Amino acid sequence: MVQFTLPKNSKLTEGETFKAAPGTKNVKRFRIYRWSPDDTANPRIDTYEVDLDKCGPMVLDALIKIKNEIDQTLTFRRSCREGICGSCAMNIDGANTLACTKGIDECKGDVKIYPLPHMPVIKDLVPDLTNFYAQHAFVEPWLQTKSAEPEKEWRQSHEDREKLDGLYECILCACCSTSCPSYWWNGDRYLGPAALLQAYRWLIDSRDEATGERLDDLEDPFRLYRCHTIMNCAKTCPKGLNPAKAIAEIKKMMVERQA
Amino acid sequence: MAGSGNDMRTPLARVLHLGSAKSGTQDHIRQRLTAVAIAPLSIFFLVLLVALTGADYETARAWLGNPLVGILALCLVVAAIVHMRIGMQIVIEDYVIAPGAKHLSIIANTFFSYGVGLACLYAVLKLAFGS
Repeated sequence: MVQFTLPKNSKLTEGETFKAAPGTKNVKRFRIYRWSPDDTANPRIDTYEVDLDKCGPMVLDALIKIKNEIDQTLTFRRSCREGICGSCAMNIDGANTLACTKGIDECKGDVKIYPLPHMPVIKDLVPDLTNFYAQHAFVEPWLQTKSAEPEKEWRQSHEDREKLDGLYECILCACCSTSCPSYWWNGDRYLGPAALLQAYRWLIDSRDEATGERLDDLEDPFRLYRCHTIMNCAKTCPKGLNPAKAIAEIKKMMVERQA
Repeated sequence: MAGSGNDMRTPLARVLHLGSAKSGTQDHIRQRLTAVAIAPLSIFFLVLLVALTGADYETARAWLGNPLVGILALCLVVAAIVHMRIGMQIVIEDYVIAPGAKHLSIIANTFFSYGVGLACLYAVLKLAFGS
């Protein structure tokens, strides 16, 4: 059966509390998941009190402030701090999103931060995305053609180019796939919303000549049809994209080539 | 999942797995077709239930002896059973991971669905044509 409860060595324990300096007025508590591969301890929740008067407005600002000023051992990914690299994807206040575009003021009460759900954890807020990236590689996200190379570029009408809007913007942050219960239970065989959105981005590209082969590779009860339109992917996408719709479009293409 | 145990295959090899089953679309189509059929047929069935509330056996037989009512009842049984079998199989594939238990559950689901379906068809036909 699918594992609905955490294994013994994954059960959360209460960790340390790092108090703000006495007299601090504007305090926000950040409760953060911590786990280290270097010891045998269970994961714990550490609490950090942050002075918001001396902190930027985003959750990532607070994380960087904690790492710089309170606890250097806190580990997380971050790079662009403007919602374009996808590195700082994590579960904040119960939903997957980017720490750099999530405002601290959007979180009521304590800010609870966990790594992306149901992925192996490397350390603290850093999940192992090896399988996720392999699934992306599997859909071969590049232009494939059989016709002779044109002298200049492969041409595309404005109308056909517009079909890629809402697809090409994906930053591969993995928020959608790791929010999907179907991906939690069968992530080894189901490609997940992110990879399928990328697959559709190339299926619908008027310049691509491998549409049939791409559909052949996807036609599988697990790779594609594990999507049960739960819609968590569309709800959580920090870029406002709709992977569920892309998957529905792939299913429509599958049906279309049958009749 | 990735990196588990002593699996030394590459991440891509794990994703490629046994390749595409090249199937799933037929079940997808059947599931939607039967859903479309079940919606109006359920209303018909509710009307039939209300009409037969408190009625005796002979009245029920007379109703199902009507060709239109009998055929609609048979259609509902077929559509509902096909829909149920596929739906249950998807739930089993979702949640039962161990290969042995999964395949046994799928076999049991298939036997149960067709068993119940045939019993329903037999009952409708017996009522419609029985003396």
